[in-house]
Amino acid sequence: MHKLIDMPDVVIRFSGDSGDGMQLTGTLFADASALMGNDVSTFPDFPAEIRAPQGLLAGVSGFQVHIGSHPINTPGDYCDVLVAMNPSALKMNAHWLKPTATVIMDADTFDEKGLKLAAFKTDNPIKELGIEDRTIVFAPITTLTKEGLKDSGLDTKSILKSKNMFALGICYFLFNRSLEYTEAYFEKKFHKHPELIVSNKKVLRDGYNYASNIHAIQNTYVIQKADLPKGVYRNINGNQATAWGFIAASEKSGRPLFCGSYPITPATGILEELAARKDLGVKTLQCEDEIAGICTAIGAAYAGNFAVTTTSGPGLSLKSEAMGLAVITELPLVIVDVQRSGPSTGIPTKTEQTDLLQALYGRNGECPMMVMAARSPAHCFDAAFMAGKFAMEHMMPILLMTEGFLGNGSEPWKIPSMKDYPEIKPPIVPANDTDYLPFVRDPERMARRWALPGTPGIEHRVGGLEKNNDGKVSSDPHVHERMVRERAEKVAHIVNYIPDQEVLGEKEGDILIVGWGGTFGHLYTALGELQKQGKKVGLAHFDYINPLPKNTAEIFSKFKKIIVCELNSGQFANYLRIQHQRFTYHQCNKVQGQPFTIEEIVKAVTNQLRVEN
Amino acid sequence: MKYTPQDFKSGQEVKWCPGCGDHAVLASVQRALPEVSEALGYSKERYVFVSGIGCASRFPYYMDTFGFHGIHGRASAIATGIKVANPSLSVWQQTGDGDALAIGGNHFIHAIRRNIDINIILFDNQIYGLTKGQYSPTSRLGTVTKTSPFGTVEHPFTPGELVIGARGTFFARSLDVEVKLTSEILVESAKHDGTAVTVILQNCVIFNDGVHGAYANKEVREDRTIVLRHGQPMIFGKNKDKGLVLDGLKLKAVKIGENGITEKDILVHDAKEPNPGVHLMLANMKAPDLPVALGVIRAVSDKTYDDNVRDQVLEIQKTATIKNVDDLLQSGSTWEVK
Repeated sequence: MHKLIDMPDVVIRFSGDSGDGMQLTGTLFADASALMGNDVSTFPDFPAEIRAPQGLLAGVSGFQVHIGSHPINTPGDYCDVLVAMNPSALKMNAHWLKPTATVIMDADTFDEKGLKLAAFKTDNPIKELGIEDRTIVFAPITTLTKEGLKDSGLDTKSILKSKNMFALGICYFLFNRSLEYTEAYFEKKFHKHPELIVSNKKVLRDGYNYASNIHAIQNTYVIQKADLPKGVYRNINGNQATAWGFIAASEKSGRPLFCGSYPITPATGILEELAARKDLGVKTLQCEDEIAGICTAIGAAYAGNFAVTTTSGPGLSLKSEAMGLAVITELPLVIVDVQRSGPSTGIPTKTEQTDLLQALYGRNGECPMMVMAARSPAHCFDAAFMAGKFAMEHMMPILLMTEGFLGNGSEPWKIPSMKDYPEIKPPIVPANDTDYLPFVRDPERMARRWALPGTPGIEHRVGGLEKNNDGKVSSDPHVHERMVRERAEKVAHIVNYIPDQEVLGEKEGDILIVGWGGTFGHLYTALGELQKQGKKVGLAHFDYINPLPKNTAEIFSKFKKIIVCELNSGQFANYLRIQHQRFTYHQCNKVQGQPFTIEEIVKAVTNQLRVEN
Repeated sequence: MKYTPQDFKSGQEVKWCPGCGDHAVLASVQRALPEVSEALGYSKERYVFVSGIGCASRFPYYMDTFGFHGIHGRASAIATGIKVANPSLSVWQQTGDGDALAIGGNHFIHAIRRNIDINIILFDNQIYGLTKGQYSPTSRLGTVTKTSPFGTVEHPFTPGELVIGARGTFFARSLDVEVKLTSEILVESAKHDGTAVTVILQNCVIFNDGVHGAYANKEVREDRTIVLRHGQPMIFGKNKDKGLVLDGLKLKAVKIGENGITEKDILVHDAKEPNPGVHLMLANMKAPDLPVALGVIRAVSDKTYDDNVRDQVLEIQKTATIKNVDDLLQSGSTWEVK
């Protein structure tokens, strides 16, 4: 008989060919778990190729889901269950198995051809990988899917496409998931193809029943509901949250939302989400190139829209000159960089934090910009909203840094109410304001005002040439120097409007972990582990990069050591070395296109604590 | 609205070289806008002048309207953003042969393809002036400049061919010195819904003086150019005795009264014909064999991009259930933690 075991959390990794539907399978498992009340974190890890040649190592696509009855902050390092739809998937993921893990494999793919494609040297992949002590479930998934649908009338291709649902059914049995949410998904998704509703439901149930009938699965698991704050929840990924945050800022400011953009992995989801929101009046322009993306946005900003442009690293490079134009014309604009592995095309689908210095400094001339970062998929909403607020109220372009890990990753989100968000009041010039001069500033924010074309009596010119307060072109050396200073001061003055930096864990102690952006979940989880071990450690995770919060130095001075952890070779650490020179910054870096593991961070911090100085 | 050209002068000192063709274009625009305002009911604050980089791109500073001086090549993209953001604005882009056809070629053709309702004035002097005399994408093969001391070895664009190839709905051409004709064309440009491109054959007095002289000089102008007007026969020449006919699949200049040719044989200009065949031939006419075509060569009606954007939003909103951000956040699959 099966034994029912209570688990506080589990990590499941679905892996297969890039055409096997692993992203969907993982998403459905995550959604069902969230709807059952677990906390959830997901990590899609897929290749750049849409359909790589079948069965090869290069084509393996993965989707990791971490569910728990306690707060879950990362998609997890090692997995409790690995679903491997072919030998390549097994080979690519075997090193992520926990010692107690269960591996579910499609036995039909482990033939001579499959093993050869995965470059196994023997006919025993389990032994070859040294995973004989794991629980191995060799399920003939392809055969059973075909058998189950032989009377369905579907062609072989359609039948084979649903074998991922058989694997999902096995996992649903293993973790006592309700089939109800997934069945409802089929009904919605395939409402025009009722035969696919029937077939997918059948294969899902066949997988579930198969698992309950075989003896290979000794135990099944229960993950209790997480003790989350009361409220209504939804699942959200970072790109969707970013798009919605912009729409929220548009609503609060009363300024229509315009997005000029060019498709680029992994940022495209934001443009797609905004394009779907015609119901809320969002205007999206899929441009001829990245430069047009930002330039149409600058035009829209000049004309009075809340303008945004979305991109990833290579696109950010192309937008550099136009960012300078937005800086010198002092127009509100948000540029989102969903970072990916670089340089150049790099590894487009893999996450990284390697664009920070480009964001801070990558423009000609003295060209400071406010730089912000989002820390989790759901936090992208607040980050995008605040970027919009600062851009419009302080009249300047802002760079919002997210990452592929955030853009594609998802988590449950307690749905907020718009009444709890602050007002956004852009400084719009009224008609016939006879005193209006384009570059006269409000002394507190140093912001100029927004004079919208179509408003009588305030006709004026702006542009990329240096100007005096009256908007007339000036190459006077002193005017230029003053304008350079004033534009910099405007960015610096934001420090009076952003919150103080928060420290999690110990407020003073032996070592402070410093991070920014999408590593938050990992750093926070590592912090918990280190505290459990009795270490005097704190975490300062920065959402505001330029300017840094006012109390940054004060926080740093409370710790004996500082270690900056980031997914690059030390860009934030180097920036801090410029900004706050009196501290010594140790580093924990990873540039593999992959998120940190908790283990890596714990180890780096522990090692640093052992070293004298 | 009653305006005079004076109402559109910004008071900023005009810094083009003495004798530059741009001065005449500025006068033409300032003369056209009062007429546009009268015809379309536009008040002054609705005009926005947008430019890129180059001599012509200083234009917005000299107009007392809203103005945006952008970066090299990007004016079409900036103008597109302005128009989509606020379709009630009358948007005018000034650009040059380098700005529009070299660095900004991509934005130029895509603005035209979308048929965004903006007016583009392209100053074509076949040279880079502001960088002091390098060849441009419209310089004739063999042109000697600082960066082509032995003559260029690349073929030039004919802007009209490019505009029509990019599915342009409006193409016109004028000479810088023809202030009256230019104004007349610009009024038509303003009335046209969609991307309206007007090329001005403009003289750079410093780096390419006389480049258009072979057909623009007063003594030859009437015989080597033709002013096209919709619905009128294609007749030209000092004595109005020359015309254009179709000879097989090509255009041919003929003399009325010679070889039995009468006025009835002369082609009648149809700028509104959607088929671009004849328009393309007209735009490509080169002196001295054929007269250089001036006037509105093509003006066909089609839906504009900005109208389509607005209409799609209105259509979707009619049946939308999501009316605000709170609705959006609550849409789709949600669950409650009690």
